[in-house]
Amino acid sequence: MADPILSVRGLETFFHGDEGIVRAVDGASFDLFPGRTLGIVGESGCGKSVTARSILRIVERPGRVENGSVLLRRADGSTVDLVKLDASSREMREVRGGEIGYVFQEPMSSLSAYHTIGNQLMEAIRLHRTVTKAEARDRAIELLRMVGIPRPEQRVDSYSFELSGGLRQRVMIALSLAAEPRILIADEPTTALDVTTQAQILELIRRIQEERNLAVVLITHDMGVIAEMADAVAVMYLGKVVETGPVDAIFHAPKHPYTQSLLRSIPSVLAQPLSRLATITGSIPHPFARPAGCPFHPRCPSFMPGTCDTGAPGLTRLAPDHEARCFLYDQPRETSA
Amino acid sequence: MVTYILQRLGLALVTIWAISVVSFVIIQLPPGDFVDTYITNLAASGSAVRAEEAQALREQYGLDKPIWVQYWKWISRVATGDFGMSMEWGRPVIEVIGDRLWLTIVISFAAILITWGIALPIGIYSAVRQYSVADYIFTFVGFVGLAVPNFLLALIIMYFGFKLFDLNIGGLFSAEYQIAPWSAGKVWDMMKHLPLPAMILALAGTAQLIRIMRANLLDELRRPYVTTARARGLPEWRVILKYPVRAALNPFASTIGYLLPFVVSGSIVVSLVLSLPTVGPLLLRSLVAQDMFLAGTIVLLLGILTVIGTFLSDLILMWIDPRIRSGMHG
Repeated sequence: MADPILSVRGLETFFHGDEGIVRAVDGASFDLFPGRTLGIVGESGCGKSVTARSILRIVERPGRVENGSVLLRRADGSTVDLVKLDASSREMREVRGGEIGYVFQEPMSSLSAYHTIGNQLMEAIRLHRTVTKAEARDRAIELLRMVGIPRPEQRVDSYSFELSGGLRQRVMIALSLAAEPRILIADEPTTALDVTTQAQILELIRRIQEERNLAVVLITHDMGVIAEMADAVAVMYLGKVVETGPVDAIFHAPKHPYTQSLLRSIPSVLAQPLSRLATITGSIPHPFARPAGCPFHPRCPSFMPGTCDTGAPGLTRLAPDHEARCFLYDQPRETSA
Repeated sequence: MVTYILQRLGLALVTIWAISVVSFVIIQLPPGDFVDTYITNLAASGSAVRAEEAQALREQYGLDKPIWVQYWKWISRVATGDFGMSMEWGRPVIEVIGDRLWLTIVISFAAILITWGIALPIGIYSAVRQYSVADYIFTFVGFVGLAVPNFLLALIIMYFGFKLFDLNIGGLFSAEYQIAPWSAGKVWDMMKHLPLPAMILALAGTAQLIRIMRANLLDELRRPYVTTARARGLPEWRVILKYPVRAALNPFASTIGYLLPFVVSGSIVVSLVLSLPTVGPLLLRSLVAQDMFLAGTIVLLLGILTVIGTFLSDLILMWIDPRIRSGMHG
């Protein structure tokens, strides 16, 4: 496989509040390849979105990227560590939108109600390319057509509230692709949409990915979306990536007990009617009351007392591209400094 | 859109009528009438008024008729532009109010512009740098400004102006222009006198406006569209000024209509202290003297100006908020 276009290594993003530090992202690592889709999956609050925002360095205060590296390979082959850049520097701003496009969860409120769609699209285009207003407008119409918006010549002058949710999300995708980035981060792009629209939006992302050899990071809590879209999967729990692997391995031979529980809790149309849905016992711990040792141990069916609640497991390589963070596969090291 | 404007216009006219009734009723509410006050005043200075004379005065002003007759006589003349005679001054109301109305509007607008000029940038800064040292300082100074009565501030500034710079700060005109007819020189003279009183009047609203702007903007800054703009690679200042500030300013357009009466009623004491030729002190005096045609006219004019202001802010809102415009199409 080609070199990764984006390598995240040991990323840590903490929120410093009055009550203490929330380790929203606590050592996330994964690779992203051109033309491929990496699915990041996990329950609400596991740090998926913060991870994505950390990559773009748009984590809001009091959050801060503390450690780790985000290596972006540029078109010219050079590599830059985004964590080392100043978040408000020109270089970082050129990466935002220019190298990495970002689609947000809520198409309803992610567009300004006071500016036309065209205004926002042209702004994004002119920010990264030197073109005249007229050229930018043509390009904006072209983008709207590409994402499947009917009558783009008229739509370009409408406001976001005049469009349906599905159309708005299409506009968001057009907006994120305005400056032709090579990476697209889609943060729960279909959560706010109805099922039919969801399928259309996912299909759109896949089509554009093929056309442009786009690397896609798809953040979702929906295992069904992952199964349909992703090539590789990173499963996150409480800020940590607990398992990464190819989508087949994750679905057919999940290693981490959390991944196994997540898969069990997918509702199936084949299930016995009126049978109870499988759930993961317990709930996500309060951010300030993080369990010692492996953070999943209080809810884990394979909990090993004395092991899981004392030390944190490391990532164990189970196959060339399959890793899990669990003591079932990792012998606890005695005194690691 | 035309329907909407006509509808607003119609509502405005109804409101103005209602204001005229209310202002007439309000000035009738205190016990006694102008003649009673007149007699009391004369008695205080030692001379007495005979009963027939008082009766003649009442008949002359129509004070012996029922209230709706008085209202009808008053309003039908107002409609033709005749606001009646000021009983206290013995001159037509229009003449007594004279330039004061326009001077009030000028000074109010100057005060409002200064308020916005100071408060909006500080409010934006305080929101963007929430809980920073500067935010705390602005908040502290703002609350002190809110707590100090304006007239006290006016007195202090007058005192120091006189003491340190030998300046007489009161008034809007130099002595030579006081009663002179309007000329370029008089306008220029007024421009020179305007900033200080406008400043003093402005400080009252400033602290409040800082808080409102700060709160509005803090709400907007957390909206997803701000993050979206940031993720597009916009520089931070452009993100903030183009999107959340734009949204946070919107509510202000709807307050334009209320600003004028707010400044006028809030400025009566300051106007007295600074001897500003605005309608504020005149209104106060006419109310004390139960000079009902004068008081009624001032209340009515202020009411009409408020309604006009509200109508204008409706138009402005329609112009700046695409959601309102689109609501009118369908």
